[in-house]
Amino acid sequence: MKNSGWALAGIAAGALVITSCAGVGGKDDTGGKAGSAGSTPTGTLNVMGFSGEDEVAQSRIAAFKAAYPSVTVKNNKGDFDAQQFLTAVSSGNAPDVVYMARNLVGTYAAKGAILPLDDCIKNNDIDTGQYREAALNEVKLKDKTYGIPEFYTVTVNLINSTALASAGVQTADIQTTDWGKLEQTAKKLYKAKNGRPARIGYDPRMPDFFPLWALNNGAELIKPGGEPNLNDPKAVEALTYAIKLVNDQGGWSNFKTFRDTFDIFGEKNQFTQDQLGVMPIENWYLNVLLDSRRNGLKLQSTMFTDRQGKPISTLGGSAWVVPKGAKNQDAACKWAKTLTAVDTWQKAAEARMQTVAKDKTFFTGLFTGNKVADEQIKAKYLKPTGDPGFDQAINNYYASLDVAKPLNPSAAGAEIEAAWKSAVGKALGGTATPQAALDQAQTEAKAAFDKASQG
Amino acid sequence: MPRSELVRRENRAGWFFVLPWVAGFLIFTAGPMIASLVLSFTDYQMIRSPRPVGFDNYRALFDDPRVLKSLSNTFVYAAMFVPLGTVAALGLALMLQRVGRASGFFRTAFYLPEMTPAVAAGAMFLLLLNGQQGLVNKVLGWFGINGPNWTTDPNWLKPSLAIVSLWTLGGTVVIYLAALNGVPRQLYEAAELDGAGPVTRLFRITVPMISGALFFTVITNTIAAMQMFDQAYTMFYGPQQKAAASEESLVYMVYLFQNAFQFFKMGFASAMAWLLFVIILGITFVQVRIGNRYVYYHGER
Repeated sequence: MKNSGWALAGIAAGALVITSCAGVGGKDDTGGKAGSAGSTPTGTLNVMGFSGEDEVAQSRIAAFKAAYPSVTVKNNKGDFDAQQFLTAVSSGNAPDVVYMARNLVGTYAAKGAILPLDDCIKNNDIDTGQYREAALNEVKLKDKTYGIPEFYTVTVNLINSTALASAGVQTADIQTTDWGKLEQTAKKLYKAKNGRPARIGYDPRMPDFFPLWALNNGAELIKPGGEPNLNDPKAVEALTYAIKLVNDQGGWSNFKTFRDTFDIFGEKNQFTQDQLGVMPIENWYLNVLLDSRRNGLKLQSTMFTDRQGKPISTLGGSAWVVPKGAKNQDAACKWAKTLTAVDTWQKAAEARMQTVAKDKTFFTGLFTGNKVADEQIKAKYLKPTGDPGFDQAINNYYASLDVAKPLNPSAAGAEIEAAWKSAVGKALGGTATPQAALDQAQTEAKAAFDKASQG
Repeated sequence: MPRSELVRRENRAGWFFVLPWVAGFLIFTAGPMIASLVLSFTDYQMIRSPRPVGFDNYRALFDDPRVLKSLSNTFVYAAMFVPLGTVAALGLALMLQRVGRASGFFRTAFYLPEMTPAVAAGAMFLLLLNGQQGLVNKVLGWFGINGPNWTTDPNWLKPSLAIVSLWTLGGTVVIYLAALNGVPRQLYEAAELDGAGPVTRLFRITVPMISGALFFTVITNTIAAMQMFDQAYTMFYGPQQKAAASEESLVYMVYLFQNAFQFFKMGFASAMAWLLFVIILGITFVQVRIGNRYVYYHGER
């Protein structure tokens, strides 16, 4: 135990107050330094939150460096860290461009931590029509655009065929339209040993996927204006059902304990080890599973649908934002434009194809958030893989792109997320009923939203 | 040289040598403390300038059910960890005292975990404490004990945090070892002549004679327990654990951190810090009042 103590907040707060004297207050925060399409940025570009390790990232960084050789890119590698970001911005040492999850953009925009990019978009002729509309909507707040979106994660059911065969379950039984039938399917696929799960039949991916289950039942957890809607009767019903699914398969404590043993990123993962029948999961996971084929993975896939049978998906992805106090906004804007441009994504796809050829695997798609790029890359590189299960999954992911919906942006997005996650945790753990937990979460989230809306 | 001049020179030299510490204290501890006290009376969202709100943040502390929940979680955790840690550290120190020449090696071995980053320790214990495949339950299984789901059962989250915290007992063990080595041997010899057994010697000689060290470590471990952050955050709230399994693992400092850096409520977080400061001050005061009745200090008449 370290004495991080109450001094943690004190020191952080104190340092922030002291350093804020030299902070960003006097700086131009209108976003007016976005340059123009023809301007040539120079100097240093400090990037935060972008790990940038794989070939897709590296090729895009290379594309920017080739286009703007006068800019020195300093990439502070590592995922986005709220503490690091806020401390940097408050102390007047803001990075120039930051990579963050799109669902955070609303909160940071409402607090004034990031700048509107409308001037950047206008002055640099960034064609916002090329981005998928749902992704662009995620980075808007009160008619201003605060981020340039990229990547587009959607969800379908991935299925372990071996489990289905051993349980005598048909692929058509893996559906989320008929809850009663899904419950029976999950029970058939579930295996226990000594009173503990030995194979989870259907993992509803709670608590993280609660928004997807709410959507499945027709409820949006955040209303279009950003107001929380956590205790919507349909959301309560969805949570109650998801918990029932979990309870049918050992109960939350056993269920999660078993799930925590999965080697999700390894070749001996939950599918190859027959520890899991089915789970809804995002598109990036297909790439992870490529190497598992040599360990006997037989994959299948079905769409995740709502209760009327219509395909649905929640939406995730990232965005480039420019923080308040960024010193090289012109370069930041051109970075965001370049890294999300169609030409750049094509270079990234080429790099991915080289890796695929080297690894003797196949291309599972690149979901960029740029509709034009997606279509061109799909047309040029996506071929039948020789593995019908993977083909089916890839097709399902592509089919989900146009139906995916994000959580609506909100000025209190972070607090709303914390509230529903806490509520779902309590309900899963049995310390509160779904109704009581979500009622409390709604009260807390609404208070946070009201306060955030007042500025 | 007159004596008064010598004293003044020595004083000046003394201040000169402690100046780096004093400067560090003023800049990095006292300054931020004062700043956080000021901030606790403001609405400070970190990006914009602080706005005075009087006692609103302190009033809000009592309206927020999570403040109370996280505080009660922290009390329960501290009530488990402090006695458990004291007994475990004393047991290890007593064993170390008996190993003779090899004690240097073991002392180092026991202290090394203090050097392990909390994140690494947290990740490691998530594996060790897994209810189904973790080593802890496997070992319990050898004795016919069906271990619990330490990291997912709401009832076992705080005990698991207390167990994880035992990982860093090395410092306490070293303090106890030094105290044990200071107990006069003749006391034990006299007791043995009087027919006292090991248990009697432990409770009638060892414990009273090292009560000063025990008292010190109980106070410091209580303070540290009330400030528990690293392990709880790593295991249940960090980037790798996107969803907390249950609010039962929400300790006070984690909630304070969330308010400061996730919800932009630095003023409220500062008020939380000062509430904790007052609580720790109160607990320490009570411990000192009670402890002073039972503690034996060498050199006291």
